[in-house]
Amino acid sequence: MNYRGPFRVRADRDKPYPEILHPGDAIVRVTRSCICGSDLHLYHGLVPDTRVGMTFGHEFTGVVVETGSLVEKLKPGDHVLVPFNIACGVCPFCKQELYGNCHESNAEATAVGGIFGYSHTAGGYDGGQAEYVRVPYADVGPVVIPPEMDPDDAVLLTDVLPTGYQAAEMGGIKIGDTVVVFGAGPVGIMAAKCAWLFGAGRVIVIDHLEYRLDFVRNYAQCEAYNFRSLEDPVLFLKKTTGDYGADVCIDAVGCEAAGSAMQTITGRKMLLQAGSATALYWAINSVKKGGIVSIVGVYGPTFNFVPIGNVVNKGITIRANQTSVKRLLPKLISHIQSGYINPKAIVTHRVPLEEVADAYHIFSSKLDNCIKPVLIPPSAYI
Amino acid sequence: MENEKSKFDHIKGWAVDADSRNEPTYPMKKYTGDDHQRLNYTRPYQQPRNVEVLHSNERPGLTAVFGTSVPPSGLSGKVRRYAFNYSEGSFGHWLPLLLADRINVAEGIIDDFRKGVIPNILSEKGWKAEWKYNRKGLVQKVLVTAAVTVVVIGLLRKGNANG
Ligand SMILES: [Zn+2]
Ligand SMILES: [Zn+2]
Repeated sequence: MNYRGPFRVRADRDKPYPEILHPGDAIVRVTRSCICGSDLHLYHGLVPDTRVGMTFGHEFTGVVVETGSLVEKLKPGDHVLVPFNIACGVCPFCKQELYGNCHESNAEATAVGGIFGYSHTAGGYDGGQAEYVRVPYADVGPVVIPPEMDPDDAVLLTDVLPTGYQAAEMGGIKIGDTVVVFGAGPVGIMAAKCAWLFGAGRVIVIDHLEYRLDFVRNYAQCEAYNFRSLEDPVLFLKKTTGDYGADVCIDAVGCEAAGSAMQTITGRKMLLQAGSATALYWAINSVKKGGIVSIVGVYGPTFNFVPIGNVVNKGITIRANQTSVKRLLPKLISHIQSGYINPKAIVTHRVPLEEVADAYHIFSSKLDNCIKPVLIPPSAYI
Repeated sequence: MENEKSKFDHIKGWAVDADSRNEPTYPMKKYTGDDHQRLNYTRPYQQPRNVEVLHSNERPGLTAVFGTSVPPSGLSGKVRRYAFNYSEGSFGHWLPLLLADRINVAEGIIDDFRKGVIPNILSEKGWKAEWKYNRKGLVQKVLVTAAVTVVVIGLLRKGNANG
């Protein structure tokens, strides 16, 4: 996959085979890779330092074909799932299990750790929407896929499920809490599903696409509402929670939110703020006093128009981070094995890697009721 | 809790991860003490640098491992180098980077031609999928563009005839 500019990608054959550049590296032959909602921010040209010629893809599984001299835990032939964060495992942040905040994986920025295929602002690594990919710190991130696990479940463990889970976890959900999730994309769907695991008493999802609302109602057994049919989503949420506000609000949308003309124009069209912060705005305004707002939607590096006065006056706790995928994997693998979560059910499209341009267009334009597309490289039909 | 449980019988795994210790400071405060050592930890082996890598001015040098996907080059590369004089939170950093990205798109097209590739922009934009799943929208777009073109050409001709 080769990025050529906003809304333009193609499958190219002349990209060189990746090399071991560090003794901790492995080379992995990709078996599955996903297109993620956050890839769309790159695809739309909103993330600074997204260079023409880059390969995207931070959600992938693959077979190890080569390892560097310092790699001990992996060997050629292992089928692994690779967390989207590139993490060294030894810096103070990694030691604290904050794998998304590693200090030794992204030279270009200190605010964000290294991420596969996610612009040079996230380290300038080529991603997994390819046949082969270089995986740094191969002893830290990758996990061998349990033999009985479906590869589609495995690839969703690289980002979507852990991110939805961490969104719910950061919400500090208590038994009986009302949880509102903004966004019914793959991560919002998983956040709604995982909110129940923490004992939520009521889960409400807000989005504007009917097919996604239908999907999340079925998949996550929750209530789901279309904000386009609500006059004021904040007022609606107050009314439906006894004029009180939700206990926990989750922003699973990030910088391309629809729903507010002011935010859309300043954030998405003029790029005067780091994306439109509509979902965050609604989350802060519809959570109860003393409630918790959990943010996993992607925002850019600088500022956003956020109602900080309401945060102060209402005594809101805001929690946000890139997901520590590796920290959550043991628990989530066991949840899949126990049948609590069935991630592969959100995969709606399986597309050969050669048709990557069409896959991006379908996902970006929300065509064909697309929830989650998976790309399969020609060498991966195993 | 037992009462609650039966209410949620239809939801597999309800409250399996409920934990009174799940207060909002977890896991941010998973305190190890290491964070007070700042940067005095044993760093991983340093990846040799064989391409140009820009680094944030908020850190002394390169990270132990770094990406080498597309080194800065050409005019866009010049703009990117300039951007890295400013810290990550500053407009001086990210506005030039966005500008460089736009310049880079033109460089990409020039580069394609230089290699004898004629970029198939329609196919890169996924027009095949648009034709398959949004034919009406695509037809509308084409018709509107055609109509606008006809009107503009008409106006230009009229302008020429008058002038
Ligand atoms: Zn993702
Ligand atoms: Zn680290």
